[in-house]
Amino acid sequence: MQITITVNGQSQTDDVEPRLLLVHYLREWRDLRAANIGCDTTSCGACTVLLDGQSVKSCTVLAVQADGHAVQTVESLAADDGELHPVQQAFRQEHGLQCGFCTPGMIMATVGLLSENPAPTEREVREALEGNYCRCTGYHNIVRAVLAAADAGSDGADAEAAPGIGGRA
Amino acid sequence: MSILGTRVLRTEDPKFMTTGGVYTEDLVDERLTGAVYVTFARSPIAHARINGIDTSAVRDSDGVLAVFTAADVTDTATLRGMTRDINQEMTQTLLASDTVRYVGEPVAIVVTEQAYQGEDAADLIDVDYDPLPAVIDLHDAESDKTLLFPEAGSNTAVRYGPPQLDEHLFDDCEVVVSREIVNQRVAPAPMESRSAAAVWGEDGRLVAWIPNQGAQGTRAALAAMLKVSPDKVRIITPDVGGAFGAKFGADPEHALVAWTARRLGRPVRWSETRYENLMGMTHGRGQLQTVTIGGRRDGTVLAYRLEVLQDCGGYPRIGTLLPSLTLLMTPGTYAFAKVESAARSVVTTTTPMGAYRGAGRPEATAAVERAMDLFAAEIGMDPAEVRRRNLLPAFTEPRNNGFGALYDSGDYATALDRALEAAGYGRLRAEQVERRARGDVKALGIGIACYVEITGAGAESGDPHENATVEVHPDGSATILTGTSPHGQGHGTAWAMLASDELGIPVERITVRHGDTDLIPEGGGTGGSRSLQQGGAAVRQASQELLEVARDRAADELEVDARDLRFDVDRSAFTVAGVQQAAVSLADLAGKERLFVRAVFTAPGATFPFGAHVAVVEVDTETGKVELSRLIAVDDAGTILNPLLADGQRHGGIAQGAAQALLEEVVYDADGNPLTASFADYPFLSATEVPSFELVDMQTPTTYNPLGAKGIGEAGTIGATPAVQNAVVDAVSHLGVRHIDMPTSPQTVWRAIVSASEGNA
Ligand code: FES
Ligand code: FES
Repeated sequence: MQITITVNGQSQTDDVEPRLLLVHYLREWRDLRAANIGCDTTSCGACTVLLDGQSVKSCTVLAVQADGHAVQTVESLAADDGELHPVQQAFRQEHGLQCGFCTPGMIMATVGLLSENPAPTEREVREALEGNYCRCTGYHNIVRAVLAAADAGSDGADAEAAPGIGGRA
Repeated sequence: MSILGTRVLRTEDPKFMTTGGVYTEDLVDERLTGAVYVTFARSPIAHARINGIDTSAVRDSDGVLAVFTAADVTDTATLRGMTRDINQEMTQTLLASDTVRYVGEPVAIVVTEQAYQGEDAADLIDVDYDPLPAVIDLHDAESDKTLLFPEAGSNTAVRYGPPQLDEHLFDDCEVVVSREIVNQRVAPAPMESRSAAAVWGEDGRLVAWIPNQGAQGTRAALAAMLKVSPDKVRIITPDVGGAFGAKFGADPEHALVAWTARRLGRPVRWSETRYENLMGMTHGRGQLQTVTIGGRRDGTVLAYRLEVLQDCGGYPRIGTLLPSLTLLMTPGTYAFAKVESAARSVVTTTTPMGAYRGAGRPEATAAVERAMDLFAAEIGMDPAEVRRRNLLPAFTEPRNNGFGALYDSGDYATALDRALEAAGYGRLRAEQVERRARGDVKALGIGIACYVEITGAGAESGDPHENATVEVHPDGSATILTGTSPHGQGHGTAWAMLASDELGIPVERITVRHGDTDLIPEGGGTGGSRSLQQGGAAVRQASQELLEVARDRAADELEVDARDLRFDVDRSAFTVAGVQQAAVSLADLAGKERLFVRAVFTAPGATFPFGAHVAVVEVDTETGKVELSRLIAVDDAGTILNPLLADGQRHGGIAQGAAQALLEEVVYDADGNPLTASFADYPFLSATEVPSFELVDMQTPTTYNPLGAKGIGEAGTIGATPAVQNAVVDAVSHLGVRHIDMPTSPQTVWRAIVSASEGNA
């Protein structure tokens, strides 16, 4: 099937099998391997990306379902000069990652969360990230990072306006 | 000012947050061009004879290049228990040959052009199984009614401890309490499952990329299974997405991937699904414990006994010998007059048991801390007070715990006091009384655990040691080679801090390399909380020795006496006392001649970090639902190099400990079918089930290494697990409940409440 997907601002048309998952499409067809596969039951969120600005588990979306839509992955967040996005900065500052396997999904889930709820409470952060598993951090510093990113956002460094973040559909 | 002890951000992070780590599955390497994919056909049945395997249907399936069974894999080793005292008749072939002993055991290899073709093809393999009785229950296994290995004559793989227990151990006691405690089987479940890529070069050498905890140990294990000399094997460690003890060495699947690559003369790749991971990767814990504790009504414990029945799973792997570590730590932090312990490891028709964060020590702490609460409840004394009366007094000289462990230093009472104070223990107890008085449905529970653990125990032979090489380059940057194997711990930053502190080279300009056996042939890897105290100490030693080499060269260069040189860390250069201009930098010296030193640091022995955790829970007495509301931790692991990293280790461990206490458990039905083989069924801890943790600082330096550091990686699972479990029991103790096994799920807690109300505590 022919599909056209805009990934991180770049549109491309490909001929794919109908059963191809978006995560495999991103990894193999677009060479974007940051999003990881951590399960086969839509449980872990390691594969989280934004689809038209909303966080989705890319292992649950078929590539053909993304036809005509915009996908954003963690690869797009930092500026071209390497400057990190506020959410990335917060994850580093608060030590919100250890082995890094959950991190691309966790960061995209955070970007998605903050675009919907720019000032979440700790409880809201925990609930929003319930579907994003991390085995290393005990979630403590991830939650702190999300709250810190929200704080930074309210100080004017709006996540929505940062490089690489597209508008919502 | 020294950067040691400060909160230095990780240099590793930007990569993981921008392009992502390069895990084995992500590898793009020209040596792997044209790679084909392995899928394992696995046993769907817990225990059976294999009468025959028909692979004819699969050979015609889409994309199938080859199929192999045990009949083909004849040139690999037969695996046996790791130590001679383990029954050596309990053998395992890499692919099951005549018998399968757990659901998920590999029985055949299917090789396909594309990864996705493998699963469908593997389903077409027709294995004629003749079912045998499953052995799941540990008492059932112990009875030898059904033998997993008839040739072994017993299901008992090994026993530890005295053959005969002292029948007079509790003679002087006014009070004796005894009960069976389950330390349930859990899945390490690192977010990255197992994986491998392998190719044999024209030189007859294997290059294998495997996520692991120590490339050198993985090389040894892989070479042994393949029956080749270790120098024929090069292991490269890509980024590793968590391990927690379960990625030490190599598994049969890893060897089979390498075997297939050799057989086909092509590069081969394999990545397991989560479903396979939860059946195929080793599990952890899995002990049935009987604790007996006795003493006087004034709170003095006089005698304590621990009996362990360890589940080995279907084949004796590392888990089989972990009870020896449990026994080593039997008395924990206490000065009991009489202590004894014994263990027995038995095989069952389940996934083999391996190491899981803490590996034998959380089990010891869980047993004694639960026993202390049982004793406290029996004599009606506050559990904190009972602990205070029995803790070893503070000591600074090594002392033997009576079980072969030489505790280096400890101050357990101070750790407990700090934890209680930070928790506001008195206020919590007062609130508990109030809630009980008004019959609040939400009962408050406070749980305490004191612990001491062993870290950096080192190799089976010789004193614990590790090597490091430090090299300064002409451009002023530096490279460190380490025998440790970080997979989230942040050695890239921590080791750079240690070298930077000595050499005056900025952390960002120091590259830390690990996990390539051609580059670093020796190393002990990362596990047992050994890395900083040995690997870090080696980096410091190599840096200091490098400075001495450089000093001599600088003296020649400047034509002065080496004793007149000062090393100016801020300039990373030697200067001559009193002569402002005369200076030569390390970079200059490296430009003239390679400047590097390899050093081996050897420790006098293992170290014994300690601490105390307090957990606060709310239990809904109508539904049994538990909410962990606070976790306060004092973890004294000696001097902290980087609090950012140390706290991260504590958080992660605490969460895994809480996860075991609250919800995680690998479950089999009576026929040995795994009921928790997916993340939809295995109750993996999520962010909503834990609070933010309250960490309290305590640092008592050890004298066993110049950093003053003990291990911190496993403290969390050791302290938090019994603290949370004790809190749950404490919450409902006024209803007559004395014990609740982990995981303290709503059903379990609710049943315990109902059962107590019916008069069976
Ligand atoms: S891989 Fe998508 S949710 Fe686990
Ligand atoms: S950082 Fe390792 S799984 Fe989250």
